[in-house]
Amino acid sequence: MITLTSLVQAAYIIAAVLFILALAGLSRHESARMGNAFGMLGMFIAVGGVITQAVTTAPRGFWVTSLLIGSAMLIGAAIGIWRAHTVEMTGMPQLIAMLHSFVGLAAVLVGYNSFLDVGADHNGTHLIEVGVGVLIGAYTLTGSLVAFGKLSGRLKSKPLMIPQRNLLNLVVVVLCAVLIAWFVLVPTLLPLLLMTVLGLLLGWHMVSSIGGGDMPVVVSMLNSYSGWAAAAAGFMLGNDLLIVTGALVGSSGAILSYIMCKAMNRSFISVILGGFGEGSSKGDAVVREYGDYHESTAADVARQLTEAKSVVIAPGYGMAVAQAQYPVAELTLKLRERGITVRFGIHPVAGRLPGHMNVLLAEARVPYDIVLEMDEINPDFDRTDMVLVIGANDTVNPAALDEPDSPIAGMPVLEVWHAKQVVVFKRSMNPGYAGVQNPLFFKDNTEMVFGDAKERVQDIIAALDSHRAVTVGQL
Amino acid sequence: MLIGIPRESSPSENRVAATPATTPQLVALGYEVLVERGAGARADFPDDAYVQAGARLGTAQEAWGADVVLSCTEPTPEELALMHPGATLVSMLSPAIRPEVAETYATAGISALSLDAVPRISRAQSLDVLSSMANIAGYRAVIEAAESYGGMFAGQVTAAGKMPPAKVFVAGAGVAGLAAIGIAGSMGAQVRAFDVRPEVGEQIESMGAQFVEVGAVDENVSSDGYAKEMTADQAELAARMYADESANADIVITTAQIRGRRAPVLLTAEMVAAMKPGSVVVDMAAGSGGNTELTRPDEKVVTDNGVTIIGWTDLAGRLPRQASQLFGTNLVNLLKLVTPAKDGRFVIDFEDEVVRSMTVTRKGAVTWPPPPVKVSAAPAVPAAAPVEPVRPAEAPEVVAKRRRTQRLYLGALAMVAFFVIGGLSPITILGHWMVLMLAVFVGFYVINNVTHALHTPLMAETNAISGIIMVGALLQMGSSSWAVTIISWIAVLVASINVFGGFLVTNRMLAMFRKA
Repeated sequence: MITLTSLVQAAYIIAAVLFILALAGLSRHESARMGNAFGMLGMFIAVGGVITQAVTTAPRGFWVTSLLIGSAMLIGAAIGIWRAHTVEMTGMPQLIAMLHSFVGLAAVLVGYNSFLDVGADHNGTHLIEVGVGVLIGAYTLTGSLVAFGKLSGRLKSKPLMIPQRNLLNLVVVVLCAVLIAWFVLVPTLLPLLLMTVLGLLLGWHMVSSIGGGDMPVVVSMLNSYSGWAAAAAGFMLGNDLLIVTGALVGSSGAILSYIMCKAMNRSFISVILGGFGEGSSKGDAVVREYGDYHESTAADVARQLTEAKSVVIAPGYGMAVAQAQYPVAELTLKLRERGITVRFGIHPVAGRLPGHMNVLLAEARVPYDIVLEMDEINPDFDRTDMVLVIGANDTVNPAALDEPDSPIAGMPVLEVWHAKQVVVFKRSMNPGYAGVQNPLFFKDNTEMVFGDAKERVQDIIAALDSHRAVTVGQL
Repeated sequence: MLIGIPRESSPSENRVAATPATTPQLVALGYEVLVERGAGARADFPDDAYVQAGARLGTAQEAWGADVVLSCTEPTPEELALMHPGATLVSMLSPAIRPEVAETYATAGISALSLDAVPRISRAQSLDVLSSMANIAGYRAVIEAAESYGGMFAGQVTAAGKMPPAKVFVAGAGVAGLAAIGIAGSMGAQVRAFDVRPEVGEQIESMGAQFVEVGAVDENVSSDGYAKEMTADQAELAARMYADESANADIVITTAQIRGRRAPVLLTAEMVAAMKPGSVVVDMAAGSGGNTELTRPDEKVVTDNGVTIIGWTDLAGRLPRQASQLFGTNLVNLLKLVTPAKDGRFVIDFEDEVVRSMTVTRKGAVTWPPPPVKVSAAPAVPAAAPVEPVRPAEAPEVVAKRRRTQRLYLGALAMVAFFVIGGLSPITILGHWMVLMLAVFVGFYVINNVTHALHTPLMAETNAISGIIMVGALLQMGSSSWAVTIISWIAVLVASINVFGGFLVTNRMLAMFRKA
């Protein structure tokens, strides 16, 4: 016989399958939108089923419960839709970090409820689940909030360096374990509250001590934690759909973190323990003299561009900061109209979020099939006439390959210097995030264009147009 | 400056130092190119093609009288006399074997660069004529062997009976040896190969041949990347191996050469006598003395027991078209190196170790021998009298093996730990663990396929589906406790932000991605 409970269980299973299909769909551009639609459908089926179950079985009665659920979801939906529509693509990392913190918050709240709701009959396993769920949720909450603050510029991106910070973290983790044990033996609110505070502190401290440039890893890591928080809530509530979703999200974040770490040639542990860029390595590093750099002007670059056959653009976080993606896209269009091959080379850690550059360029209507990954573009630099480096620094630093004592040694980089000519757009000669000088700037085939990337690119477009006018005039 | 491309006077030399394909590249470097009439004829490059490529045609006097002369073989005394003092000659001069040649060029007052003295470092690979010619020669050696061998390479099973595949043994797995292994294998032969450098075994196996091992062999790489001569004990072991292998093989291709020395004898007269009638030996080292005792350079010898020994020294030249093309490209790469300004000026820069190593004479002064170049890839040679014994670095296989063992232990530990946790858990929880583990693995394989460009939408999507945590709060909403209701109300609100915000922003991003 069909009962509401079994129908809801069936809805969970269908939703779980649809969520898997949603993530699988995202593997390719062609199927990505379909995947998103699967995700929405899965969510609709699952939430619809649960709401039906909730309103019909609630002790508070059908109407009150419906009203409560309806009001909460309406307000949430309004905020969500408003943010989704107004967010700038450059502000994507902040939004993602914010959404992670919401998952953390929800996990904490669900954990508390699960403790308060069931009343007196707590068994040990359930209490452990509540404790672990609340702890991961609390950590994700403050960690994501700090990441949000750093990414949006509300907090300083410099890592916080508390002496003995690793020891401190360890002590907090051990204390949390002790508190969970206490909570299991004496199921009262006090140990749970204390543990929540410690979890919040731990999240705040660990992300605070990681610098702004490592944020791609941190955001991926928090993505993973938000998944594990959901999975822990699933254990707490005995809900398999939550466990499946949490595990999917958790492993997704873990893989993204791994990819990011590999792209920076750093171990996950070293990123998480933080403190990069404040290096003690600076003191004993070999001081190298690279000679002089060559400065160039927008007009010269425009002229060189018209003579090139193949151009590669290597964007970095600086392009996002300067909001230069629109002029860059326009420049791309103009060059392509002249029959010049233009492609983009994206380093995996360019930007503040995995895949951030791709989204920015897509926003500016750059076709995705000319936006290539580092491994795809690296062998082609030999045959490239010109490379425009816009707001990237460490990701194009030859020292990563040539100087074994460099702090970024071994990190795979875009080997732009193999091209005939490299033009670097930069605000000044200050070193990049890693605090490492970039010998690329001093190479013979490198020219520097200083100033705001957006304005300089616009200058080039203007120069290109006037160049065309002259050519047409001569005809 | 004017580059002269003379016609090779040696009757056995079919190659030419520039082709119609490489000529425009020389012109692009700022040089004028003069090609002697008929220079490319034997490699099937007609004079017209050179003219179309931007070269002038001229006589032998004009070609040898140019500022820079590119030649495949060493000039004869008459040809050298045509060169004017101060000119530059780039050719194969073998100064390592005959250091006295340096005097000849010094007396003539010219700068001489020898292509066979290119150091074996990565940067110089693009101008390493020896490698590019060895590759072609290795191919040709197999073809020559096939011609003289009275059987097929590939085994077949036919109605008229079964034919076994030819057994090929390749001694020395340098560029030529590896090329020979590759082509012999692709023709269907069973290939075995040996090299004194044990680390080459992997390369041999990667080409599809079986690596023959000889008992204890030490590292035999000298600091310049070439093999060096073996010690007496090793030699005895090796000799036994050569005897066994050659007696067993239908075709033996020997490629052992030692830089600046006579080639080592690998097959003695007795070993050849013990070979099967009809078998073929191609001695690729015939030019530097031969790897067998019976080799005669540029001759095909048939022994009393019917073994053919081929001693051609011009194997690469027997494929003149492509050999010339590769040779010419190597020369273009050299000229790129010595013409940094692309202004047609040939600059011999002794700061550049590649150029330094090749230069035999500069402006009439002998500069041979050059200081040694260290190869980064070769293992460090221990100092003559080390004060402390240097602990040998661990081989990558050892490290990999240790990692594997570590991983195995770690996996076992995780399993035991899970047995403890699982054993303590109630049965219902174990069902959830099952779901969790399966979902983790599904997630791993699904996410691994996501292209990097879609990682940001992926994160937004996972944000959205994480909002499913609201199902917990939804069921708690109707609780009779107000505290629980309020808390779950907030939880539903924030989770809704995730669900709606996440899906919509994903959709917005995905809509932006478009194809050209």
